[in-house]
Amino acid sequence: MAAELTVRTAIESASAAETARIIATLIRVTGDWSLAEDCVQDAFARALVDWPERGIPANTGAWLTTVAKNRAIDRMRSAASEKRAVRELTILAELEELADEPPGDPAADPAGDDDRLRLIYTCCHPALPLEARVALTLRTVAGLTTGEIARAFLVPEATMSKRLVRARGKIRDAGIPYRVPPPELISERTAGILSVLYLMFNEGYAATGGTTLIREPLVREAIRLNRLLIRLLNGSPQEPEALGLLALMLFQHGRRKTRTDAAGDLVTLEDQDRERWDRAATAEAVALLAAADRLGASRGSRPGSYRIQAAIAACHMTAPDFGSTDFARVALLYDRLAQLAPSPVVELNRAVAVAMSQGPEAGLALMEQLDRTRSLERYYLLPAAKADLLRRLGRMHEAGRDYLRARALAPSEVERRYLSKRLAETGAEGTGVL
Amino acid sequence: MDYMLFICTDPTAPEYVPAEDNIEEWAAEIEARGIARHGDRLRPVEDATTVTVRGGEVIVADGPFAETKEWVAGYDIIACTDLDEAIEVASKHPMAKFGKIEIRPVWPFGS
Repeated sequence: MAAELTVRTAIESASAAETARIIATLIRVTGDWSLAEDCVQDAFARALVDWPERGIPANTGAWLTTVAKNRAIDRMRSAASEKRAVRELTILAELEELADEPPGDPAADPAGDDDRLRLIYTCCHPALPLEARVALTLRTVAGLTTGEIARAFLVPEATMSKRLVRARGKIRDAGIPYRVPPPELISERTAGILSVLYLMFNEGYAATGGTTLIREPLVREAIRLNRLLIRLLNGSPQEPEALGLLALMLFQHGRRKTRTDAAGDLVTLEDQDRERWDRAATAEAVALLAAADRLGASRGSRPGSYRIQAAIAACHMTAPDFGSTDFARVALLYDRLAQLAPSPVVELNRAVAVAMSQGPEAGLALMEQLDRTRSLERYYLLPAAKADLLRRLGRMHEAGRDYLRARALAPSEVERRYLSKRLAETGAEGTGVL
Repeated sequence: MDYMLFICTDPTAPEYVPAEDNIEEWAAEIEARGIARHGDRLRPVEDATTVTVRGGEVIVADGPFAETKEWVAGYDIIACTDLDEAIEVASKHPMAKFGKIEIRPVWPFGS
């Protein structure tokens, strides 16, 4: 039992540490994504049988690489004899040349690092549909199984499998290059990777109630991949934003336990138990953000949207209580964010911060302006935020009307329950005026 | 690898500015890079004819096979190293600004 557990742990940690490197190397040599993924999967399947019997090898990465490589050689050999193709034979020769022993320390493996970077940039190529980029990154770079990814996205495994097959097909048939992009493309393509990672994180983070456990891998992998990317980007101009994104994720992750109560109901920032926020995650995020700012300053690069959002999160996460949050700074940061990436949602957040720092009337005026533009017509948080300010101003009747509007637009049961509770507090429901 | 660029109109694109139409420059560049295979404008859809054979009978009809607001106004076949090069070339085409360009890899028979 204990031995089985140890093998399982060894396989899991090897999967997290080695999958991307081995797949990346096999793709570079063979150019065949499915073959590379299959061979690595086979290697793990062999480990599952072999390790409990013969013991866990001293260098699990080297063992897996050898098995996966030999598997690829077998498959290439049979393909070569079938087709008598020169291409397969050239690839075979190159496979046999591959070093058997990867260096023990992954940090000292520049060739492996290059392979992995190449893999991430290719998985996140903008010519692939966004959902396929996320899925492919999870499958190929993070080494999750298709079943795990399907469960995390709440789709049938066959659907996810088809999505992955189509993405690999496009990489091959449309000639998406397997490489780290040249200097003129690197900034935009790296921004693309960050948005894939943030989407992955948010997919997992938006999970509520019963589905939390299933979607946790998305959050975990987004954070892990972001760390890997930062290590690989070492010294590049994109590093500060990657650090900013990791800080943002850790800030949000740090209060995951307090976002819902025991009944699965939503708890707003104001009412969350700050004692239960993850201090270690917050401390690391603060340090990362400081590092991003130092790096950015030394290179004269202005904060991008992730660094600004992380700075906003820092205002909340480092305030001892809701009342002492520096809302003036939050409003200023949202202002900066709006200049960089104008969006009505950002405007709404800025209005909330203005309400908190200058009083509900000032915030309400901004929200009414936003309401008139009708740009957020279908977004429940605008009427919800307005209702909240109206309630604070004692204008219960108007508050009730906006809570009702918000409830009708709310995306899930958790939000609807929360809004119903607030609506009841206004005493407006059931009076016949609404 | 060969790519076909479908040069399309787009009713939502910014209005055409003749002074910003640098198609000669673009054509000269792909010629100089040695990646130009073939390309031209196409007459408008009013001049299109659609042919089908059903039950052995040839049916000829006026107009394009699909009524759309966007239509193909030209094409280019270019030989590129990879999709990134095709994207770069397409992005420099003036119609990327005043219309849109669809990139499709050519799929040679026998491959």
